[in-house]
Amino acid sequence: MLGPASVQDLGRVGQYRFGVGTSGAMDDIALRAGNILLGNDENAAGVEIAFAPFKLRFNADAAFALTGADGGAELNGRLLPPWWRACAHAGDILVLKAMSRGARSYLTVAGGIDVPLVLGSRSTQLRGEFGGFHGRALQPGDILPCDRSESPDDAGELGAEPADIALRQRTLASGARRIRVIIAGEYDRYDEAARQLFWHTDWRVTPQSNRYGYRLEGPPVQPIVPIEKRSHGIVPGVIQIPPNGQPIIQLRDAQTSGGYPKFATVVEADLWRIGQAGLGSRLRFEPISHQEALAAQAEVSVYLERLRASVRLQGEL
Amino acid sequence: MGRESRGAAGHGAYPRVRPCGDTALTIEFGETIDPDLNAKVLALDAELTAHPVAGVLETVPTYRSLLVHIDPVIADPEALAADLLAMAANLPPTGEAVRRWRIPVVYGGAFGVDLADVAARHGLSPSALIDAHCAPVYRVYMIGFMPGFTYLGGLDPRLATPRRSDPRPLIPASSVIIGGAQAAISSIAGPSGWHLLGRTPVRPYHPGRDPAFLIASGDEIVFEPIAEDHWRVLDKAAAAGEPVADMVAS
Repeated sequence: MLGPASVQDLGRVGQYRFGVGTSGAMDDIALRAGNILLGNDENAAGVEIAFAPFKLRFNADAAFALTGADGGAELNGRLLPPWWRACAHAGDILVLKAMSRGARSYLTVAGGIDVPLVLGSRSTQLRGEFGGFHGRALQPGDILPCDRSESPDDAGELGAEPADIALRQRTLASGARRIRVIIAGEYDRYDEAARQLFWHTDWRVTPQSNRYGYRLEGPPVQPIVPIEKRSHGIVPGVIQIPPNGQPIIQLRDAQTSGGYPKFATVVEADLWRIGQAGLGSRLRFEPISHQEALAAQAEVSVYLERLRASVRLQGEL
Repeated sequence: MGRESRGAAGHGAYPRVRPCGDTALTIEFGETIDPDLNAKVLALDAELTAHPVAGVLETVPTYRSLLVHIDPVIADPEALAADLLAMAANLPPTGEAVRRWRIPVVYGGAFGVDLADVAARHGLSPSALIDAHCAPVYRVYMIGFMPGFTYLGGLDPRLATPRRSDPRPLIPASSVIIGGAQAAISSIAGPSGWHLLGRTPVRPYHPGRDPAFLIASGDEIVFEPIAEDHWRVLDKAAAAGEPVADMVAS
């Protein structure tokens, strides 16, 4: 299991210098898409769900959207398509039966989950025990407050093209997910054989993988000589290689500093693909240039802009 | 940044800039824990705060490097790297007065479960170890790892103690700890392989207090032993949002 359910927005910025990382949705594109479908601020908080079955009851009428992994969602027993906006009535039961095509689903509601802003964000800071819903993961019986002031009552059902289809990558013969990275600080401390080993391995996502980081398994990758680094700042997506040679991808809830050598960093445009990689899935890394990373991010922007336009158009009909 | 320029730089020349993904750069001033290197990091940090550069979103000072978060659509990393190196070569002396905090600590017993073992390891009596830990003026090198976790330099080299081979899954908030040649004040409960010498009532991070974060990189710290009953009084005040750390003249 990749972790519990928690309240997340797009993350906390400006607090790294105090040891506070970003937190925020592991699949930021899915959270944005859900908020776009609902006409919300794209940074509105939603619920990140990393396991199934997951069940909730609506205590009031509400428009909601489900994006991210296909959870096989049913509203009062009626199957909902993935990446879908629908309306629930008070008392309705929503069930996510099993995750397929991805690892994390996002439930967004019109107006957003109304938890207090802490240090500028509604994301749950699990380590610091603040933000989100009382600073913790969600538990059975929790009642989430929703901001219903801007809730559009007459929103009909509407779908969005899933990001994993719109932003599909050419598939590798091995079935591994392709993850684009930029080489990082200590890359030049590994010889050519170690580098090629890293690039040509399908790295397996181990059970020690969660919102803090993904621990990968494969043949050990070792530097030319052991590297001793002072603690330095790290960002979500940094791939560190500790002395055992097994890479760790630091993610949204990672500590803000670390000492292990940095081999590469996942580009912004592919971080969501990590968030959707389940336990046991395989990742293949591919080094790209900064210009290619910008182009990849531009594709994400085009996808989101297309979605905004189609939701606007639907609203005008 | 092209792979060619990276290879050509080698790893002897400082300061140098390294990419950290497509949305951050790291400018490194050296490899060692050194107050002069750290002062340069903080001076560049202050310079970027005083004169914001388009596309720079956030900066994070650490021991000997500054992490610079960027919006890569606005800031071209190659051009920004050149700008950062130029700024690093012409840093103004920081005029800001150093803040020095006096941090009250209860040493040993249930407050510092490792104190007796660490003292024995170094052939010191517990009181000699406390004296040695209280003697220096420590420099705050960085805040990191966890919210408000305060990394210190200046530990008496005689007290350097390798980290525990078996880290503890949870140590109390506000623990006064040492690990290797480093000292620290923990902020919130969390995992640690460091040795627990004592505990302060001071909360480096308190969500209900303004400011939520008390101590900053570049500040100085002195420790002062206090008795357990005094700790309880101060702890209550700290829980209510009092800093309970005094600012003292340096």
